[in-house]
Formats: sequence, C-alpha cells, structure tokens
Amino acid sequence: MKIKLNINQQIKNFEIEPGDFLLDVLRDAGYMSLRRGCDNTSCGVCTVLLDNRPVPSCSLLALKAQNHQITTVEGIQEEADKLGRYFGDEGADQCGYCNPSMALCVYALKLENKDAKEEDIKKYLVGNLCRCTGYVAQHKAIKRYLGDAS
Amino acid sequence: MKVINHKVPSVDGLGIMKGRKAYTDDFAERDSLIVKVLRSPHAFAKILSINAEEAKKLEGIEMVLTHKDFKRIPFTRAGQGYPEPSPHDKFVLDEYVRYVGDEVLAVVGQSDAVCEKALNLIDVEYEVLEPILDFQQAMDNDIIIHPEDDIHEMFNIGFKPKQNIAASYHMHIGDVEKTLNECDYSIEETFYTQAQAHVMLEPHTVNARMDFQERLVIYSATQTPFHVRRIISQALEIPMSKLRVIKPRVGGGFGGKQAIHGEMLVAYVTYKTGKPAKMIYTRKEVFESSYSRHPMKLTMRLGADKDGLLKAIDCHVLSDTGAYGEHALTVYMVAGSKVLPLYNKVDSVRFHGHVVYTNHTPAGAFRGYGAIQGNFALESAIDILCHKMDMDPIEFRQKNMIKENETSPIFKIMGEGTEGTAMMMETCKLEECVSRGKDLIHWDDIYPAKDKGDKIRSVGMAIAMQGSGIPLIDMGSATIKLNDDGFYNLMVGATEIGQGSDTVLTQIAAEVLMTDVDHVIIYSSDTDLTPFDVGAYASSTTFVSGNAVYKAAHALKTTMLQEAARIFDVKVEEVSFDGKTFTAKAKSLSLKDFSNEITYSESQKQLQETSSYVGPKSPPPFMAGFIEIEIDKETGEIDICDYVSVVDCGTTINPMLAKGQVDGAIVQGLGMAMFEDVKYSKNGRMISSDLLNYKIPTRLDINKLTTEFVDSYEESGPFGAKSVGEIGIDTPPAALANAIENALGVRMTELPITPEKIIKKLKEKNNEK
Repeated sequence: MKIKLNINQQIKNFEIEPGDFLLDVLRDAGYMSLRRGCDNTSCGVCTVLLDNRPVPSCSLLALKAQNHQITTVEGIQEEADKLGRYFGDEGADQCGYCNPSMALCVYALKLENKDAKEEDIKKYLVGNLCRCTGYVAQHKAIKRYLGDAS
Repeated sequence: MKVINHKVPSVDGLGIMKGRKAYTDDFAERDSLIVKVLRSPHAFAKILSINAEEAKKLEGIEMVLTHKDFKRIPFTRAGQGYPEPSPHDKFVLDEYVRYVGDEVLAVVGQSDAVCEKALNLIDVEYEVLEPILDFQQAMDNDIIIHPEDDIHEMFNIGFKPKQNIAASYHMHIGDVEKTLNECDYSIEETFYTQAQAHVMLEPHTVNARMDFQERLVIYSATQTPFHVRRIISQALEIPMSKLRVIKPRVGGGFGGKQAIHGEMLVAYVTYKTGKPAKMIYTRKEVFESSYSRHPMKLTMRLGADKDGLLKAIDCHVLSDTGAYGEHALTVYMVAGSKVLPLYNKVDSVRFHGHVVYTNHTPAGAFRGYGAIQGNFALESAIDILCHKMDMDPIEFRQKNMIKENETSPIFKIMGEGTEGTAMMMETCKLEECVSRGKDLIHWDDIYPAKDKGDKIRSVGMAIAMQGSGIPLIDMGSATIKLNDDGFYNLMVGATEIGQGSDTVLTQIAAEVLMTDVDHVIIYSSDTDLTPFDVGAYASSTTFVSGNAVYKAAHALKTTMLQEAARIFDVKVEEVSFDGKTFTAKAKSLSLKDFSNEITYSESQKQLQETSSYVGPKSPPPFMAGFIEIEIDKETGEIDICDYVSVVDCGTTINPMLAKGQVDGAIVQGLGMAMFEDVKYSKNGRMISSDLLNYKIPTRLDINKLTTEFVDSYEESGPFGAKSVGEIGIDTPPAALANAIENALGVRMTELPITPEKIIKKLKEKNNEK
C-alpha cells in the first residue's frame, strides 16, 4: 500500500506492507539515527517524536504514523549538536547507541516543561535505557542543557 | 601535560548524538540476504532428520544450511589469542543441539518475512535427550554433553569432556589444611553467583559483501576484529588474505562481543553466493543464544591469628560454562588470580576446582569476569571472619591487604589460562583508597548501622583489584603518519566499543606530539588498514594499546626531528620542536611548512612509524567501594543512598571518561548484586529472555554515585596510566552483602540479593532464637 509520511517537515511517499513497522520503514529510507534494541518497546533506542511526543517506532505501524508530524534526530540537528556538547563536557557519552533517541526525548521534554528538575528528567527518560554510563553524567549534562536553554 | 589528564570530550560524541551512520547495520548493503537461524526448542537433542524441501521452494529463499553443508572443523568462538585456552568444542552447525536456543539450521532469503515463513515450513526430527540443568550434578554424570570424539583442547587446560569437564585447575602455596588448623579463628562459607546478561543495547550484528577484488568484507559489531578474521579463516577454510573485517562503532560490548556470533553463517553465505548478507540478533537471541556470565559456587575458608593477621585462604570453585566451553578456564582462573593477591601476607593459599558443561546458554566473557564472583566470595568472607573475631573490617583489611612495593607469589603461578608473570606492585594506593572512601561515605558516623524506625541505614565496603591486559600475550600496535598541512593520522587495531578508547589513544598521541586532539585523526579496527591488536578485552586498551601509541608517536617525533635537522643542515640534537615549530639556532620552520616541504618539494617522503607493545607485566588497578543503603525492615527493600568508589588506576588519561567507566561498571555490578538474574524453566528454557523479564538498572534506581581517583603514577603505563574498564564492577556484590549484615545481622550468600531472600533469612534468624 502507498502512504505519505511527514518526516522532519517533509512529506514523503512510501510503498509499504500493512504490517510494516515505522522503525523498519524509516531505516530503509535512510534515517539511520533510529536504532533497533529490543523489539518490544522496552529500551528506547528506536524513539521518534510523533507530534513532539516520544514514541517507540519498533512497535508502531507505519501507517498509523500518517497524519502526524514525525521527528527524528535528522530533523533537530542544531539541538542535537547543542546537547551533544553538554554530553561531551560531562563525559556522558559512551557507546552512544541510545544518544540520538535521548536527544529527541530531551528536546520533547524541553517543549513540555521549561524548568524540569532532576526527578522530572529521570521520570521522562526512564524508558531510555543506558547500559554504559550509570546515568549520573547524563543527568548532569541534561540539567545543564535545559538550564542554559531556559 | 596539556591533553593528558584533561577533560577532553569524546572525539566522536557529537556525530553520534546527531545520528550519523556509525554502527554495523548502518553499513549493510540495501539488498543483503537475510540470515535467520532455526533454534533448538530442546535443551539437549540429536537431530535425526531435516526436511526443508517446502521451505526451499518458497520464492525468495536462497538456501537452507544444515550441519551437512559444513566440513567438521571444531573451533572456539571465545575470541581469544592463538592458541586459545578454550576447548575447540563448537562446529558452525552440528548434529547435536545442546541448549534451548542452540543453532539447528539457517535459512537465507530476501526478506525477514520470507525467512520467517520458511522457518515455519521446516520439519526437524529430534531424538530428545535428557539434559543436565544443575551444574552441581554435571561432573561424572551418566549424560555426556559432548560425546563427540573430534573436539579437543589446544594445550592442557584439564579438558575432560567424557566427565562433562571443560577445564580444571589446582594451585596451592604452603599447606592450607595445616595453617587453618593452627589458626585461632577460622570460617567457612559457600557462596553462589548467578548468570548475568550483558544487555549491550546494540544487538549482535554482522553483514558481509564481496568487494571488486573478490574479497570477503565483513562488518561486525565485535570487540576482536583480528581474532574474528583468524577464526573465520580456520573454521570455514577461507584464505585469511581473502578476508577483511571492519569494526564500525560498536553499541556496547561488556565482553559479550569478544566472541563470534553470526559471523560464521553470514561469511559463509556471502562467500558461497557472492551476494551480500546480514544478520541481526533479535533481543531474544541476544539473551538466549549468545552468552551470559558464568554462574559459580565458591566455597571459601579463611583463617587468622588472634592478632588479626590473615593466615590462610582456601577457595574451591565450581563454575558452569553452559553448553560450550568459551572462556571456561580463563574466567575461572581470574576468580583466583585477580582476587586472592589482595591479601598477600598469608602463609598458605589454595585455589582449585572445575568448570563443567551444562545444557544452558553458554557462559562467556563479561566485564570483570571471574573477579566479580571471586570478590563477592572473598570480600564477604573477610567480613564474616571480622564479625567472628569482633574486629573492625576496615582495620582488618588495612592490616592484611597488599601494599605498594609488595608482591604476591600468585602473580607468577596464575595467569589467564597459563602460568602468570611475577610482578611488584609499583603502584598500589589501596590505603589511600580505603581511607578516602571511609571519609566520603561518613563511615564512622554510620557504621555499623543507624536504626531509623521502619528503616535501617547502614554501610558496607569491599576492596578490589583487576589487571591491565594479559602480560606477554596481549599485543597492541599503532601506526602514526604525518600529513601535509601538519596533522596526523593514527591507525590502531584497538577496538573502540563505546568505552572511549579512540579518544584516549588520540590524547596519548597528541600529548607526545605536543598538539591538540583535533590534529590527530584516529581510525581503528580494520584488519586491512590498521596494525594488529588483540582487541578490547582484559582491561588492555589504555595500557597495552596506549603504550603502543605512546611508542609510535615518540618514534615519529624522532623521525621528524631527524628530517628537520637534515633540512636545517644541523645535528639532530640541535633541533627543538614545540608541536608547532622546529627551531635550531636562528632558524625556524613551522610544522605546516615542514610537512608541505617533505610532501611536495624536496627529498619527498611519507613520514610514518609503527610500534607494538606487549606488557611484560599487568599492573593492577585497585579500588575501595563503599555502599550506603537504607533497608525497609518489613519488606527487605533496599534504597542505595550512595556508592563511593575511590580508584587507583594510575594517571587518568581522560578523567571524565575514566569516571564514566567506573560509574557504569558500578551500576552494572549493582544490577548483578540486587536483581539481574538469568532464569530458566525446569526444562531448560530461558524465562528472562526480554527486557520486560530481565531488568537492568534504570535511571530511577540510581540516586548518587561518588567516584574519585587517587593520585597515582604507574611507571610502566602510558603517561602513568593503568586500566580502568573492569575494576568498577567488582565490589558492589560484597559491599552490599556486608552492608546488609551490618544492618540486619544476616549474611546473604547468594546473588542476586533480593528483598524476598533478605526476609527469608530474617525469618530463619528469628526462628533460631
């Protein structure tokens, strides 16, 4: 079937099977920032924003993403660059497999809650697992990024 | 120093945050054939027949591979140097399946969907065999897990497959029974450690294609690209010169990617068909069909005299390697070699036991392997002994632990799979680690515990050591070249897997060449283009590969000075270089002009140097870990208030990345201490095979980590550095168990320490009264 998806404010045409998941459709189309981690929405590395809300794309049918605004890290390069510098400054990046999805979630959090505290950050990002960092450096980086942005 | 011991951001952090193509699957060919494995539903079975005719007829199915397609060449997937200290007990595909999830056959097709369809059309007839699922029943059982006669060890590792023994080992110094008999105090306790899953977020991923020179080019998410090339060549009989293994960015490894996973099947498919192929493990396959940590039973006996001197350590270990013997001996030996030397003043010590096969998912390398199991047993036993003697556990450790300029005879006797290497502790700041940690956790205010009504707050601690590479075995190399315009390329075989090695090695080169990290462009882990390195394991990269970079950069600097002397027409001793400009007497020449001149103008040549390093010793990093907890007396639930780590890893090349290594390892260790548990059903099927049933620490589990480094400078390390990748994982289990005893007076001897187990122990204790 043919569908149209609005990705990073560009309308694109896709030929898909009804059962195709958004993650596979987007990776096939070259959106490599989305990654597969767990297959059942429990790790967070496949996150996209749907109308600025984080959604795991591994279990979202591509056709259900029609008529929504999809955002990937390719669409928020400036914000990702900024957040990346805070991560670098705190030593918060290790393997980085979860980092683009984290950038999306932090961006969404910023849109929702201008003065998020550490507990808000933890709760908002709890679905984004990280096996490398122990989380503490990430929280420092995100707090500073949000603080300087507001 | 301008670059070393400075906060330098990761050289690749920004690009990765911005979602650039970086990981293995990002480089797969668009039209890759998909390789899917049919996995065993039985814990132990013999394949009697396979009917794949219907599957082969499906449009889009390229081939179905069974054990009949492969020549029987036993190998080990462990991903170690050659000859491996692991038994060659695995075939690409075999007529036996030895655990639920083992490979039965592979289908190769044009899409995931057609492969799934094909898998459903294949009939396999099995002779289902009775499995061994309890590792304490494995040795000398009537059931033999590896009955085949064509498997073998590469050298003596105590391999006795007919007894289900993958490896065995015995060492002793002095007469431990006699010493124990003479001790004023002695204790004995048995500890159990569980299987833990790595849960790196990037699943095992591999893809392959033939290039225009008709060579097989493999992209693999591996920690050991050079070993992968060698092992594929041996097992598939493909000439090594026809193989190129490229390791792109790896999304976490923790030892799980030291081993071979889908590489064999994908390499075979592409080599046979000429078509690109790929394989990505599902998360279920990562759990069920890769590796987990070796479960162990450790029986620890300690003896001390009335003055508080530890006199004897006797440690018996039974280790469960699962269906295949990857790392059977090495992990087991590290439970002694990187644990027992902590207390080097004993009169006698013994370490002995076996590693046995079972019909569970194989065990393999996992950060801190052996050390975390051994540390849990020894550091718990030390506290048990202190309680019995009514001695302060910190004072006891301070009296008995290894100190700077001391040694232990164990270093010479025990290595990793072979004999070890004698060494003095030229740096050992354990005393500073212990006293600083004691202050940071406010030990004296809390120890042993503070009753707060419903909850009780307590502290516990443990000390640990690790290694820095495998001495006289692990080799790392680096090539560095000067380009026109005055910047450098650094080519290393060392394997960045997210731990920051590309950044740390760049810093080392930049410091030697007196430049900044932006002028050193690193490229790592490509068997065609980078010099050899064993890969990322055994805490070797900063120390072993870092020393190779240090040597190569110095060699290049020397060559550059000689060339500058020739241009200036002076003696080389008269030339000085500050990283930007060469000067000799009144003459000066910028690096940029110098590099352009030797590239384009006069006596043109490429300046490039390659150096290798093999450690003559493996200087251990040390640490003291302190935990502060609050336990709910009624439910047994534990909140971790703080975890203090004070670490001696020599110079921290990059203090932020070093802290990241320790923080991450502490949290992984806390996961093992508190809840991570690979669980099986009664018939051997893994229950905890997804992230809903296998919990790893989330950001809500972690309140505070306090990580510090003591001043330390290891002469043999690059700019004084030792390793830091594994040491952090060792202390949490023992520190937690010790804190629980300090709070509640019960001794937890089985990991993970869950609230249910605590309550059970409390009830047992109350019933005894």
